[in-house]
Amino acid sequence: MSGRAPHPPSLRNPFAISTPNHIPKPSRDSHGAAFPSLLALAALTLSAQVPYERIAAATEPGNWLTYSGTYEGHRYSPLKQIDRTNVAHLKPAWMYQTNDLNPFETTPLVADGVMYISEPPSNAAALDLRTGRPLWTFRRTIPSDVRACCGQVNRGVALLNDTVYLGTLDAHLIALDAKTGHLLWDTTVADYKQGYSITVAPLALKDRIVVGMAGGEYGVRGFLDSYEPKSGARQWRFYTVPGPGEPGHETWKGDSWKQGSAATWVTGSYDPALNLLYWGTGNPGPDYDGDVRHGDDLYADSILALDASTGKLKWHFQFTPGDVHDWDSTHTPVLIDANFRGTPRKMLAVANRNGFFYLLDRQSGQFLQGKAYGKEIWAKGLDDRGRPILVPNMEPTPQGLQMYPGVHGATNWFAPSYSPDTHLFYVATREETTTYYRATADYTEGNLYTAGGNKGVPGIEPSGSIQALDPLTGDQRWSFALHSPPWTGVLSTAGGLVFGGTSEGNLFALDASTGKPLWDFQAGATAFSNPMSYEFEGKQFIVMTSGHTLITFGLQ
Amino acid sequence: MRPALWILLASSLYAAPTGEALFQTNCAPCHGPKGDGGKGSNLAVRRLPRAPNDAALANIIGTGIPGTQMPGTRMTAAESANLIAFVRGLGRTAPTQPPGDRANGEKIFWSKGNCGSCHTVAARGGRLGPDLTTIGEKRSPSNLRTSLLDPQAEVPENFAFYRKVIYAPDNYLRIRAVTADGKQITGTRIDEDTFTIQLRDDADKIYSFRKSELRELHEDWGKSPMPSFRGLLSDSELTDVVAYLSSLQGT
Repeated sequence: MSGRAPHPPSLRNPFAISTPNHIPKPSRDSHGAAFPSLLALAALTLSAQVPYERIAAATEPGNWLTYSGTYEGHRYSPLKQIDRTNVAHLKPAWMYQTNDLNPFETTPLVADGVMYISEPPSNAAALDLRTGRPLWTFRRTIPSDVRACCGQVNRGVALLNDTVYLGTLDAHLIALDAKTGHLLWDTTVADYKQGYSITVAPLALKDRIVVGMAGGEYGVRGFLDSYEPKSGARQWRFYTVPGPGEPGHETWKGDSWKQGSAATWVTGSYDPALNLLYWGTGNPGPDYDGDVRHGDDLYADSILALDASTGKLKWHFQFTPGDVHDWDSTHTPVLIDANFRGTPRKMLAVANRNGFFYLLDRQSGQFLQGKAYGKEIWAKGLDDRGRPILVPNMEPTPQGLQMYPGVHGATNWFAPSYSPDTHLFYVATREETTTYYRATADYTEGNLYTAGGNKGVPGIEPSGSIQALDPLTGDQRWSFALHSPPWTGVLSTAGGLVFGGTSEGNLFALDASTGKPLWDFQAGATAFSNPMSYEFEGKQFIVMTSGHTLITFGLQ
Repeated sequence: MRPALWILLASSLYAAPTGEALFQTNCAPCHGPKGDGGKGSNLAVRRLPRAPNDAALANIIGTGIPGTQMPGTRMTAAESANLIAFVRGLGRTAPTQPPGDRANGEKIFWSKGNCGSCHTVAARGGRLGPDLTTIGEKRSPSNLRTSLLDPQAEVPENFAFYRKVIYAPDNYLRIRAVTADGKQITGTRIDEDTFTIQLRDDADKIYSFRKSELRELHEDWGKSPMPSFRGLLSDSELTDVVAYLSSLQGT
């Protein structure tokens, strides 16, 4: 990796985005004289690749090659053209709209002048960075009987070499030609009729595509898979609920492990030096009746550290043992290298749906420290191993029990961000309360298996915030109040900014050091995705979605 | 155990609660123990306007009614069927006509009570309060009487998680705002997001502010601008107004 030549600048020539059916016809081409050289550049692009080494090197600030920008999960852009002094002038450059009414949750990838996105329910497109016009689109027909608890959504694609990888709602992993969108292979990951689906953006590593699953409300058994990029053959599977004879199996009562869920529906992070893959897991099944399962229910609501080559578990840390509040721990793990209490450490930070912020040693899984960052009433605190000190009688009841955090958590799947400039961890939080009900449920294959339900609480208007935390102490540095709980993550940039969005359609930028609002734009519908940034023709752009529209913002 | 016996036993073990039991737990707190309405709609009617058939009713029970205070409640198919049968049964009894002089109630509504300065009936009246054109379909006579005597006692509630749109129950939130130049505005909220707020003042004028431009912004949860009519209207006048409001069933 260290000896790799920098990416040739010519590849970022705007004309290089041309694909064969995109090249202007000579008779209409205002740059007619340049046409032969355009062909040459196009040919150069067609041979361009995004190998693992380019993603791992993380030396291309103008591109966005993987879900979180880099493997560290920082969702930080080193671009700084848009900064505190000029962000007030940010304007839409172009928009792209889906034809689907489900939330638009994609994080776009950008490589060499092309944007690669997924669209709900399980579609993909490559967009021209100059205009937003699609260079190709891929449409997948989804069976009418797929199950998706919370919307037919998709959070993004992965890119490796010349291939785009997409997980589908019918629980397939598919490979598309990055230049044409043509289907290269289609692998069945799981049987969607059992309640499995895929909404997560796959993660491309060296010689492997890692993909998780969803379906935690349908009594499935969770897992994380790795596939061979060229053939689609499965390389390994790690079941997030241990079977008989495996360590952790004893944390489940009887056969309850078979419906244990622990889904893997948000993209993890990766440390190339340790070759460890970090991935969060979802709620145990059924959601609200813990008596069925009885114990800690490993590895639900946990962070897993897996050997990326073998899928073997190196360590795990469980945030919410025996969860009965649907507090999935499906968060982007944020990898931070810093001095902790005087000692250099490789660490992992998570702002959890259960209301606590955690800092772990990512080599050993050791709990370093934790602190509540959101309103919570279920635990008095964390003990010295990071286990919650429970407040009694906080389980759902048939009559209903009011709880903080609510069913959507103090935060949710949307991404946090870490800025190496400010050394702050940014997280979008939800402050809302829920009445949880417990019921008796029968498991039947493919059907909802939650054993209860939940409602909002009248008279308490839910709210939200963007918080800046010192990851080494968990202390809050600043908080920016949101009118209602958000469904979109945050991006921090070297321009000293934090970008986010609201459920009312405001897209905004805050000063990363103070939280002061510097720009906002009413885009007309709920923002459901994580912002990202790229550079094109020497200009920095910020991408966010609102409703069914992807908007790319730049300076005029 | 033989399969047939096992199925029989299993089905008796997991028998869904009766429709009445489900109703008393889930519905009665708003719709009243007899289903004749409270802060929730009167369900003891021949025709449920939003649920012309059982499939529509099942959908409302499961997912609620967006934009209203009606929440969704997850139920099994058997539970939902039991509840639907019970709710349909509520409307089979003949509706009782509330006592009072409907015509006199209408007269008081538009004159002595001055209700029409804030409320609309069939496109006539003010916009500060809720439109009452079909209020008789939505509220029981006893709830209407309570609201006239003690307007803040039973304000509609909002069970919604997703409040990206301001739901009707929250739409009459009282707002007090002070602008940067010291001007005070009192009114009801129309809409709000993180950066802006829109409101209607008591003179029916609409304002839109960036919050950063306001010196003060107070949201008075639970407050109603409606006065109590206790002592202002006699008992028989109240009965007449309730009779008039109960007759407002839409078309």
